[in-house]
Amino acid sequence: MGAMQTTVPQTGGLLRRMLGLGGVPHAGRRRAPAVLWLPSVAVAIAMVLPLVYLVERSLDGGGEVVGLLWRMRTAEIAFRSAALVAVVTVASALIAAPLAWLTVRTDLPLRRFWSVVTVLPLVIPSYVGAFLVVVALGPRGMLQGFLESLFGIERLPDISGLWGAALTITLLSFPYTLLSVRAGLWGQDPALDEMSRSLGLGQWKTLWRVTLPQMRPSIAAGSLLVALYTLSDFGAVSLLRYETFTWAIYLQYETAFNRALAAGLSLVMIAAALSLVVLEAQARGRSRYYRAATGAARPASLVQLGPWRWPAFAFAAAVTALSLGMPLALLAYWAVRGIAAGETVELLWGNALNSVYASGLAAVVAVLAAVPVVVFTLRYPGRVSWVVERLAYTGFALPGIAVALALIFFGARFATPLYQTLALLVFAYVVLFFPQALGAIRSTYLQVSPRLSESAMSLGKSTTSILWRVTLPLMVPGMLAGGALVFLTAMKELPATLLLSPIGFGTLATSIWAAAEEAFFARAAVPALLLVAVSAVPTAFLILREPRRGQ
Amino acid sequence: MSVPAVQCTGVTKRFPHTSADALHEFDLSAEAGSILALLGPSGSGKTTALRIIAGFEAPDSGTVEIDGRLVAGPGRFVRADRRKIGMVFQEYALFPHLTVAANVGFGIEDRSVRGQRVSEALAHVGLTGLDARMPHELSGGQQQRVALARALCPQPSVLLLDEPFSNLDEALRKQVRREVRDILKFTGTTALFVTHDQDEALFMGDRVAVLDQGMLQQVATPEEIYHTPGTRFVAEFIGIGDFLPVHREEGRLTTVAGTLPWPSETMAEGAEVLLRPDDLTISPSESGQGIISDRQFQGSTYLYEVALEIGRTVRVMQHHTRQYDVGTKVDVRLIAEHRMACFVGGERVE
Repeated sequence: MGAMQTTVPQTGGLLRRMLGLGGVPHAGRRRAPAVLWLPSVAVAIAMVLPLVYLVERSLDGGGEVVGLLWRMRTAEIAFRSAALVAVVTVASALIAAPLAWLTVRTDLPLRRFWSVVTVLPLVIPSYVGAFLVVVALGPRGMLQGFLESLFGIERLPDISGLWGAALTITLLSFPYTLLSVRAGLWGQDPALDEMSRSLGLGQWKTLWRVTLPQMRPSIAAGSLLVALYTLSDFGAVSLLRYETFTWAIYLQYETAFNRALAAGLSLVMIAAALSLVVLEAQARGRSRYYRAATGAARPASLVQLGPWRWPAFAFAAAVTALSLGMPLALLAYWAVRGIAAGETVELLWGNALNSVYASGLAAVVAVLAAVPVVVFTLRYPGRVSWVVERLAYTGFALPGIAVALALIFFGARFATPLYQTLALLVFAYVVLFFPQALGAIRSTYLQVSPRLSESAMSLGKSTTSILWRVTLPLMVPGMLAGGALVFLTAMKELPATLLLSPIGFGTLATSIWAAAEEAFFARAAVPALLLVAVSAVPTAFLILREPRRGQ
Repeated sequence: MSVPAVQCTGVTKRFPHTSADALHEFDLSAEAGSILALLGPSGSGKTTALRIIAGFEAPDSGTVEIDGRLVAGPGRFVRADRRKIGMVFQEYALFPHLTVAANVGFGIEDRSVRGQRVSEALAHVGLTGLDARMPHELSGGQQQRVALARALCPQPSVLLLDEPFSNLDEALRKQVRREVRDILKFTGTTALFVTHDQDEALFMGDRVAVLDQGMLQQVATPEEIYHTPGTRFVAEFIGIGDFLPVHREEGRLTTVAGTLPWPSETMAEGAEVLLRPDDLTISPSESGQGIISDRQFQGSTYLYEVALEIGRTVRVMQHHTRQYDVGTKVDVRLIAEHRMACFVGGERVE
């Protein structure tokens, strides 16, 4: 009989109480089993490791770094970064919000088609977008060539700098806002719109006074994603010669080789990212984060656009043409030109395989690490799980280049055997994209009632057995979605890949970058097209998974 | 007397960040093979009591025994999966990724008997043939019976049901609770179930335990609970009841509606008597002491609400042939010939 029981001492140990784990008999909450909290705490520590190391590293030089940062036009770099973030975020919202509303709530012709293709620009990495912008709109680009043959124009104004970078990043990142707003619109209770109509407001007034105010939290959430994406973008700003934090850090690291200063700059950038997170929380205000309202099973009745159908249609078509159609057409054109000029695809298979291998590993590791964290933080609320949850989202605000730098320092000093290995690269991916896996799995698990685990427990199953037989099977959809997201983002990631790839480990991203940096656009086009093609697989999976209410 | 299937002694539980005990010095004993209803308004602690017995919560103090085995107490806590209990939740909590048969057989480790036991359990609940269905392909009533079969299949020492019928619509609920009662009696299962519905508690329970604000008010048969409530809370919570002040005059107890049908020399000052609507009758009278303030038609009867001159209101049941208009002046008379419960403050007095 003794073996049948778990004996818990009446007075919990001091350490256990400090950790908030409380002994079962009197703390009022169940203690998390070690299979959950141990890996969760380990994951949380791993997530902040790069940040902690960056701080330590920049403190290395004592007050010297602070002085250098002051001298180094840091304010100028910060201002340029802020300008880019502001322009891109506003422009993305202006494109995404109307597009989201049109594709979810109106009788826009080909609605379903637009709602799929407007998300697809996400598969195009910013460095690919940037070289296409240079190729097409540069001073002596394709547009100039076309205009010269017509009007004899020999040179166009320089596309480099703020406007070129803003145009590139906006066209590639607005889908983040779009997805967020669309999810928000699906979650809105259609009864509210109907209520407004019944109170005598027309459909346009209803849009303005009921629908739009409710879109605010989802616009803010999406804008945060866009802003963080812009801040941490490295490819576009480097190719378009617009010196923001990422490029400055890279230059500092590669050329000046002052690592403490690079670390200091990274910290300033991380502070900027965190202030964006705070700003979003403020903008969201007291309204609740968008969440599908329960019982909103009925689709909203569609707004009749009437004569506005065709301008709306033109808008959707123009956005799609600029953000997806043109880039793909240009890529195809340059790829064909490249192959005609003797570029070979064969050499790229190895790099493509490397890309898939590293990103796939990252996806698997991120998902496996996220599962215990999700269960622990949702089922065992307490001080430890509160801290774990916050720390797990660190990567969300960490730019790739900062994480890469931190790991290089760390590897060089403490883990020399890991330095320049695939393991360190995969670890960087996991730190950076862990929140995506976490978010997807979390939202699936939120729908799993705690009563299910309790039922299994009342039927005599142990915690481990419940995890295997009930919890995990129900989390599979979220795990697949989370894995697909991590894979997709890791495939595109440039700065971490550039800095951390083992010697001789070429990926699609690095080969595109190498060619584009030297302005060998025909050479860059082939791997870029390959990258887009590979990314299309997880993207298709994610799009098919998107809820289709309101159809 | 045999060992009770469930025995709670002095169980107290307070949740973090709350100022009152969710359950205070709770004592309960459930006889093997009986059905015990835990009845109370929301927040009364009835679900907490159930979850402590199940092992999903640990008591702060007190002990819980199941079949004579200490499962929670000082220095000892047996986890839910080792208590040999069965649980049926309000939302059924069927595993959505498993078939009906896999759900029902979930708690049976021994593969050689699993098929046999699943068929038996499904036969008990009248769902033979639905083995291969998925939970979402079943109606609400069927899901509820699968949940019951799943909990019964491992032959638990005690079956715990948390508001098991509240997700069913009115008509189905009456039918299902009769079926569940028959199944529990047929299988001889000890069952503890939580409800806030007094009809359900009085119908299902061999005994009923009434809780309020974490404190056990009374444990008794449904008849005793109704006719001789142990506290004023129970009197007000169960059925319809009103109170009138009682005066002791020369060994007799009087109220404005007449004399109580038993003598008393000891009744305390300030006592009030519980009157059910069928304890009283009314007749129109210009010199009556009340005025009809409301009338509810209930089919074979009317329920009248009468405002008395002394400032109290009583409800009176009358045959449907005795139809009076609101505003009629009436004489209210006590007609009951049984002993009624009297209270001073919240406490019962004789």
